Amino acid sequence: MGHARLVGTLIAMTTSKGNSASGPMRVNRGLAEMLKGGVIMDVVNPEQAKIAEDAGATAVMALERVPADIRRDGGVARMSDPEMIEGIKAVVTIPVMAKARIGHFVEAQILEALGVDFIDESEVLTPADETHHIDKFAFTSPFVCGATNLGEALRRISEGAALIRSKGEAGTGNVVEAVRHLRSIFGDIRRITQADSAELFDWAKKLGAPLPLVQEIAETGKLQVPIFCAGGIATPADAALAMQLGAEAVFVGSGIFKSDDPSPRAKAIVQATAHFRDAHVLAKVSRNLGAPMTGIGMDKINERYADRGW
Amino acid sequence: MSRVVGVLALQGAFEAHQHVLRELGFETVQVRTPAELELVDALVMPGGESTTMSHLLVTSGLFESIDARLKQGMPVFGTCAGMILLAQGVLDGRSDQKSFGAIDIDVKRNAYGRQIDSFETDIAVDGFVDDFHAVFIRAPQIARYGDGVTVLARHGQDVVLARQGSVMVASFHPELTSDMRIHSLFTGLLQEV
Repeated sequence: MGHARLVGTLIAMTTSKGNSASGPMRVNRGLAEMLKGGVIMDVVNPEQAKIAEDAGATAVMALERVPADIRRDGGVARMSDPEMIEGIKAVVTIPVMAKARIGHFVEAQILEALGVDFIDESEVLTPADETHHIDKFAFTSPFVCGATNLGEALRRISEGAALIRSKGEAGTGNVVEAVRHLRSIFGDIRRITQADSAELFDWAKKLGAPLPLVQEIAETGKLQVPIFCAGGIATPADAALAMQLGAEAVFVGSGIFKSDDPSPRAKAIVQATAHFRDAHVLAKVSRNLGAPMTGIGMDKINERYADRGW
Repeated sequence: MSRVVGVLALQGAFEAHQHVLRELGFETVQVRTPAELELVDALVMPGGESTTMSHLLVTSGLFESIDARLKQGMPVFGTCAGMILLAQGVLDGRSDQKSFGAIDIDVKRNAYGRQIDSFETDIAVDGFVDDFHAVFIRAPQIARYGDGVTVLARHGQDVVLARQGSVMVASFHPELTSDMRIHSLFTGLLQEV
């Protein structure tokens, strides 16, 4: 699909209301709408998937190793074994997501064939393509992609992503990177709404993003698809921080099952995400959760996953 | 007196409903606590994950207060997960999943399959001149309905829009299109009570 036509298709799919699209894109962005205000939890086996669902997760991300372990083990991280993904699908009624490597459209084809509800084209896995992301319009299944800034978010949307998430450093238990991404994305959206029509051309150039999508943000003041927080969330307060900064839901990876007592922590993060502005609820649910995952500082990590993706 | 329509905002597509209600000229409030419920004359229960909402209804104390308001006849509109919460029976629900039993229907969750089976289609709605474009996302199915339930629309054999007294349910998502007729049908119930 040529670039001009692709952008034309996107514009046709999006109205000034910001929530209308057509074809598979409407039901896919629609599923992202349904996940708002919720917590999507990384799980590595059916037992964890049950704990997540029991705690009130809106969806689970099925993967063989949580990011903290991928980071520890090193080597090439790939799509999970289909057997393992099916084992998790069999025990929960909530949506099941799974990860494909950046640019690895065959892993995505396999995940679609497995009937996975959302495909995460994820920097947590080792990239398969150094230049190209997956052409997500070629699929019926919805995709979520990470973004560190608004330009990256708009490039992923122009490739067909139905949902954007921050790209906080997975497996660190440190929320600082996700906060930076959310502040950058929402800050630029706010600045674009103040720009005049001539300045929008420069914004598109600076962001490396299609002009029509930038013009649309100037008009609506919001991203074309929902935006969630991912990366480094370890406590109920972290989840509420992401929500108050403007994220519409949260992904929690290593933060739950790398903590001392996963079930109460998972329940507390669900409550904190729903009642993210109510400090009394946050104070109540933050008590007696045991130790969170230890976490690591940004100066101690040898590879930044957020740098993966183009 | 202007009427306030609340939208249950524990989880799910509550903002999309608020957008439509505002376009229709109603004041809307996000409802997460019993105190916020007291501000509203009617309530929309949005789509989302019914298992998550069921948990949060209990922990927030909203389950009892909504149940009490429903018994007093507060108009309510449940879409998708919201319909599951209002149903008499949930055939394949979790053992700890609570529902209000406000409308005499039994529902089957995710009856149409996974996300890849989600679809859009035009349906004929009772009283509408033109068809309504309905978006079904991992939709539940009404497996049984009682004599007191009025069928307002079907997709094939399946009932997808129904009403009993001041309770209206849809298995699809009228908040995801710009057509406001089904929300108008619901806010019309406010005039009746």
